[in-house]
Amino acid sequence: MTTALTPDAAVGSRTPGADAQDATATVEIFGPQGWFAVCAREDLIPGRGVAALLPDGEQVALFVDRAGRAYAIANRDPFTGAYVLSRGLTGSSANRPFVASPLLKQRFDLATGECLDDPSVSVRAYQVRVRGEEG
Amino acid sequence: MAAAATPNTTPARPTIVLVGHGMVGQRFLEELADRGVTERARVVVLCEEPRPAYDRVQLTSYFAGRTPEDLSLTEAGFMERHGIELHLGDPATAIDRDTRTVTARSGLTVRYDSLVLATGSYPFVPPVPGKDSTGCFVYRTIEDLLDIEEYAKNSGTGVVVGGGLLGLEAAGALKGLGLTTHIVEFNPRLMALQVDEGGGSALRRTVEEMGLEVHTGVGGKEIVAGDGGTVTAMELSDGSRIDTDLVIFSAGVRPRDQLARDCGLTVGERGGITIDEQCRTSDPAVYAIGECALASDGRVYGLVAPGYDMARVAADALAGQDGSFTGADLSTKLKLLGVDVASFGDAHGTTEGCLDVVYSDSRSGVYKKLVIGAEGELLGGVLVGDAEAYGMLRPLTGSVPPLAPEQLVLPAGAGAPAALGPSALPDDAVICNCHNVTKGAIRSAVTEHSCGTVPEVKKCTKAGTGCGSCVKALTSLVNDELEASGVSVDKGLCGCFPHTRAELYEIVRTLRLTTFAELLDSHGRPEARDGDGCEVCKPTVGSIIASLAPTLGADGYVLDGEQAALQDTNDHFLANLQKNGSYSIVPRIPGGEITPEKLIVIGEVARDFGLYTKITGGQRIDLFGARVDQLPQVWARLVDAGFESGHAYGKALRTVKSCVGQTWCRYGVQDSVRMAIDLELRYRGLRSPHKLKSAVSGCARECAEARGKDFGVIATSNGWNLYVGGNGGADPRHADLLAQDLDDEELIRLIDRFLMFYIRTADRLERTSAWLERIDGGLDHVRDVVVHDSLGLCDELEALMADHVHHYRDEWAETLNDPERLSRFVSFVNAPDAPDPSVRFVPERDQVKPDLTLLAGPTLPVRTLEGTSV
Repeated sequence: MTTALTPDAAVGSRTPGADAQDATATVEIFGPQGWFAVCAREDLIPGRGVAALLPDGEQVALFVDRAGRAYAIANRDPFTGAYVLSRGLTGSSANRPFVASPLLKQRFDLATGECLDDPSVSVRAYQVRVRGEEG
Repeated sequence: MAAAATPNTTPARPTIVLVGHGMVGQRFLEELADRGVTERARVVVLCEEPRPAYDRVQLTSYFAGRTPEDLSLTEAGFMERHGIELHLGDPATAIDRDTRTVTARSGLTVRYDSLVLATGSYPFVPPVPGKDSTGCFVYRTIEDLLDIEEYAKNSGTGVVVGGGLLGLEAAGALKGLGLTTHIVEFNPRLMALQVDEGGGSALRRTVEEMGLEVHTGVGGKEIVAGDGGTVTAMELSDGSRIDTDLVIFSAGVRPRDQLARDCGLTVGERGGITIDEQCRTSDPAVYAIGECALASDGRVYGLVAPGYDMARVAADALAGQDGSFTGADLSTKLKLLGVDVASFGDAHGTTEGCLDVVYSDSRSGVYKKLVIGAEGELLGGVLVGDAEAYGMLRPLTGSVPPLAPEQLVLPAGAGAPAALGPSALPDDAVICNCHNVTKGAIRSAVTEHSCGTVPEVKKCTKAGTGCGSCVKALTSLVNDELEASGVSVDKGLCGCFPHTRAELYEIVRTLRLTTFAELLDSHGRPEARDGDGCEVCKPTVGSIIASLAPTLGADGYVLDGEQAALQDTNDHFLANLQKNGSYSIVPRIPGGEITPEKLIVIGEVARDFGLYTKITGGQRIDLFGARVDQLPQVWARLVDAGFESGHAYGKALRTVKSCVGQTWCRYGVQDSVRMAIDLELRYRGLRSPHKLKSAVSGCARECAEARGKDFGVIATSNGWNLYVGGNGGADPRHADLLAQDLDDEELIRLIDRFLMFYIRTADRLERTSAWLERIDGGLDHVRDVVVHDSLGLCDELEALMADHVHHYRDEWAETLNDPERLSRFVSFVNAPDAPDPSVRFVPERDQVKPDLTLLAGPTLPVRTLEGTSV
């Protein structure tokens, strides 16, 4: 992992790199039973996603962008039904971060879950935070 | 209509009768419709042939696979839309000018207010004894071609009488039908009308090299018929004799003016219906246009472009508008038997005091002559074998060219300066000769009629819709004009970069950039800098960096560092994503050769992991249905048995297919399997703008289907022929021959150069077939670059490939050897041992298939990405 591209993550905030703290930072998703720790900050590669399982069995696609912001949306691609959004390519369009489904390429806004190519379709967006680095 | 209406016509709606529905007849109808005349008048068309107007100029392309429907010039619904009454297979047989009626063969009689004769011409058949024997044909209509095709099935030899334009086309057609073909021309050279002696002999050499027999300066004396009046031989005026089964007369045409003669219209001494500048005959109610007419300059024009001009002028007259036809330019550019032939202006140098500048290269069959006037002005010229310059030279006729004449005839690369572009032409230069469209008209289509693309300009001006020879110049003019008016087309790859893929390749290579972020922040569009890029540019740049990695000093492994974030899911997981989120796995089987032991391992792996197996079109075995977390386990088994990644997931070399070749096959002339294995191992893992497929066939029977591949190799008794730019799929294309009879070393060197040149210059997702058709100069340019090293690039291209070959590593083995990389192959980051419950299977035909009930949802179309070129 290149350190230059992995500043500490925090929702909507941007803090310059502090590698020493990365090891202890934890990514949490707000699920049905409140905040839920998913993985270490260092498990995430900027520009790529991973899938995570919530306690209720829901699948979430978790991402971190180049600026270090973390996002989470439902992993199920509503166009195909397959649980694959975490494996799509991310990008930004008019300052909206998105992931493109790896199957049929529709793009979803990472912050809101809205499909950029078909406004009538959206997926659930989850709140995310990175704990253990604020202090 | 004022000009046409006469006092004694009672109906308010006048009647126009057109006799003949050929190319010029159809154009006349279109011109009438454009002027709204079809709304005001009843239009009746009498046509002899059983089908509506078709493209007679392209007649021979019927033998190249174009159907009569392809050749049709009559847009579906055109007659109905304009209320035109078309009578097919019912030629006019008589005209009564006193009662103003035309009678057709069926007995149909139509009263006319205006009559237009567009009867065309008939083939001239010299008065040779035996000319009516069975097996003698003319070459004029689709029906003639159908008859020739049928008769040729039982013929071994054919003679074409006439070595002019049509004669050469007919000879090419016979040759294509597999006949031994002779051309008999009365003049001392081929195409005597268009080219001079030098051009004629260059043409003759090329034609003879194709295996046609040419006899010039002789005529047919007699056609010898055997039993039942069937042709058996032709005796020539010099006493020689050709044994033949078939004769085609193609010795010129004569105007069809019999109808006009019969009703007392004035005709010329040597034929042709006399017309004035408005195309009116000696009876002001009767017009004549096209090849049946004798124009006011005393000539009968046998070309389509002057015919179109006359159609326009006659329609003008009937619409009460001004227009005149006083003569036409006889310039022509053709491709005959694959040879470019062009002549323009005073091609024969008949102007007093004119001088020639000649370039002649008998080895390559190129002959070029320019005729220069006393003041240095260009008067005309002849081009044989290389008529590329025609589009530029013809419009310069009459003016002093901006370059010395000798520079205009020298071949590219022989000291000639950069080719004279269409931008150097004056506005009144005619670019499209078929439709008489000037450079000025094309420019104003862009500036005043807001045409933003070449197809729009074609539709607006008709330029480039005739023979098509001007399309290249047209495209260049339209692009220049668009750029000049600031409407320049954004050629950028995506919303993040204003550059094309080829430009980004150059930037990465020259600045030795090794990360996407560096490239985006330094060269991205201002609004995209510091951003995340997008799904279009990330994999594109990832591929560029991967294919240049050894040269840049970057790590070639596609999952390292930032590269990991650039890869499509298939590259990221080194496997192919399927519709239910599972992956398929394809081990490399070089050349399609595999041992029984390895086959057994594949079978065991598939059985143990419950994978669906299928043989692919590229001679490999695809294993479907692995979950992300199973991928490393499957690879481990395969790698242990000596397999490696087959790169079925990458925009990279996929397979090199082969037939069994000389080793086993009784027809094989080279060891195609060995060559296929060598090529596959050499180019494996090579990242490119799109996937690359290849094949090697051991003989000309081509069982490996190499001509359907990006690069295909076919064995000859002397070595290998290399074909490039083939494609299967939705838009099939046969590969073109790049070089022949190569030894192993030459073959590999050429493929190295070809692939690296493609990788360097192609657009994103542009297969070699589309690339070859798009790039300036096409195949010839590519051949110049990779065979003749015209850009001096070959050393560099070879070095890049050598780097690639040297640094190749198996991506599966690399991944297995690195725990950090392996950690990404889990279904869930927070439950590495849990399999994805949505990936389930149900049985089908003794194997498995995805259980889609788990995924139930509507199926929707693939989103089209900006810049996607599929």
